[in-house]
Amino acid sequence: MIASVHFPVLQIILPLLLAPVCVLLRESRLAWFTALTASWAAFGIAVALLLDVLAGGPLSYAVGGWNAPWGIELRVDAANAFVLTIVAGIGAVVMIFARQSIEQEVGNARAYLFYASYLLCLAGLLGVTITGDAFNLFVFLEISSLSSYVLISLGKDRRALYAAYQYLILGTIGATFYLIGVGLLYQATGTLNMMDLAQRIEGQEGLRGLRVAFAFLTVGISLKLALFPLHLWLPNAYAYAPSAVTGFMAATATKVSVYVLLRVFFTIFGVEFSFDLMPLGEILMILAVAAMFVASTVAVFQNNVKRMLAYSSVAQVGYIVLGIGMASVTGVQAGILHLFNHALIKGGLFLAMGCIVYSIGSTHIRDLAGLGKRMPWTAAAFVAGGLGLIGIPMTAGFISKWYLVLAALEKGWWWVAVLILLSSLLAVLYIWKVVERMYFHSAGETGENVERAEAPLGLLVPTWILIGASIWFGIDTRLSAAAALEAAKTLLGVG
Amino acid sequence: MESFGLYNYWIVIFLMMSGFYVVIARGNLVKKLVGLNIFQASVFIFYISMGKVAGGTAPIIAEGIDTYSNPLPHVLILTAIVVGVATTALGLSLVVRINEEYGTVEEEELAGKDPAE
Repeated sequence: MIASVHFPVLQIILPLLLAPVCVLLRESRLAWFTALTASWAAFGIAVALLLDVLAGGPLSYAVGGWNAPWGIELRVDAANAFVLTIVAGIGAVVMIFARQSIEQEVGNARAYLFYASYLLCLAGLLGVTITGDAFNLFVFLEISSLSSYVLISLGKDRRALYAAYQYLILGTIGATFYLIGVGLLYQATGTLNMMDLAQRIEGQEGLRGLRVAFAFLTVGISLKLALFPLHLWLPNAYAYAPSAVTGFMAATATKVSVYVLLRVFFTIFGVEFSFDLMPLGEILMILAVAAMFVASTVAVFQNNVKRMLAYSSVAQVGYIVLGIGMASVTGVQAGILHLFNHALIKGGLFLAMGCIVYSIGSTHIRDLAGLGKRMPWTAAAFVAGGLGLIGIPMTAGFISKWYLVLAALEKGWWWVAVLILLSSLLAVLYIWKVVERMYFHSAGETGENVERAEAPLGLLVPTWILIGASIWFGIDTRLSAAAALEAAKTLLGVG
Repeated sequence: MESFGLYNYWIVIFLMMSGFYVVIARGNLVKKLVGLNIFQASVFIFYISMGKVAGGTAPIIAEGIDTYSNPLPHVLILTAIVVGVATTALGLSLVVRINEEYGTVEEEELAGKDPAE
């Protein structure tokens, strides 16, 4: 036992309680330091929990001493310990990045509000991941959503406000759908604890209320994770939010929703209900493939690089969902692995964009000309991340696509494997568009802006931590692949 | 008249659909939030109806009280109402900021105000 008994609850309580402290402190440096401490402590706890769970099996924590199924249970198993580590890790790294980036994009006067919202969002996301109670999950979901609307609206561009509003409307519809689903579940079973729900649903598959609940839950969560065609809120929200927020949200918010989807499909309802009784496999596959192609194609035609990467996120969610839709151990493993790898890659890419915004003040592709010379480290980070997005060997993106292709072939869906490869070519197109602009065009005909303008180390280091990690996990897959396999096995209830 | 006996649920469905329709069909940002509130209110009624037992009272241990309603859904929805209030407040404050920046809260007018990228 590495983890203390109270680690599961500390995981959420720490950022939750330090958020108001940030507001009270007001001074931007102090607030930043508080938030940094909270996020790194959360990361430390998450790692301790992961090691503990991998060694000794699931942990259960009864909040307030009320035992499940009456009280709220925090339950940590291989699946959510892995997701907790990803979320807390990204949250901690982005926090280093946030100081200088937020100072410039939001301003010191309002920075403490940013740190408070950031910690609330982190607490919400960690809470969604760790809780074993279906209604408690809704509450944490709304904590994270409400704070992310605030975070997005802090963007410099006034379009950020409208983007936040749109996300608020769609996010609330998604969360309310989830609430309806939970209500129907409670009506049918009389319990809210996930494990208890799973037991009581078994043998009751014929109930129409359960099927309706399943449909509401699926649609509600799909809205939150931006599954095509429910992704409309995402591109603008990511494009106009402050860079640090985009980096954080792209790597965590949609990923946590994917985890919720996994829980609902596999833990609560079980594979047979979700995939044999309901035509979920086919629906997910069609939507995932559509996301891969439509969103990638739209990405090719974007001029705002942040929005381009946002569309690419929609496409990448497609790959993750495709893996889940296969409902086999390899498929789910590939999905979870891609969740992890994509969090690193996209987090790194958006942070690289943050460096560019810091130095150049623009995300328009036209202004990136000559960046290979002006910001060599940032441009190199973008290229490395871009290669990962495409799925070139020796990058993390290759590993997860490899597993995805394996899973497709295992099912005998060779044409799906072909589609995965074809859609990766679209990623080559949009990444190349940026790379060509950065390396093969010189800045300005007048030559006035050609001096070096590399981003400060405070921004470069966190960017390279994420990009470096994405390369590391592309070469050494022992940790990530094993943890994803363990998570997939836990979810599917085998071995 | 079993279907009439469940009239609560008919009200829930009616409110849910009309709220949802308002959110989708209206272009005014404030009206959208009103629709969203109606949509959420339907879910509140749904939870409250679900916990109600005919002839039941509040769950208090006292003489003469033997049937009582299930308090859990009622407590749950109290939480959801708080979340709903927070969402509405945040949504309205965003609308205020949008109005300050753009001078309008109509979706159609907003669309043309920013140059294309």
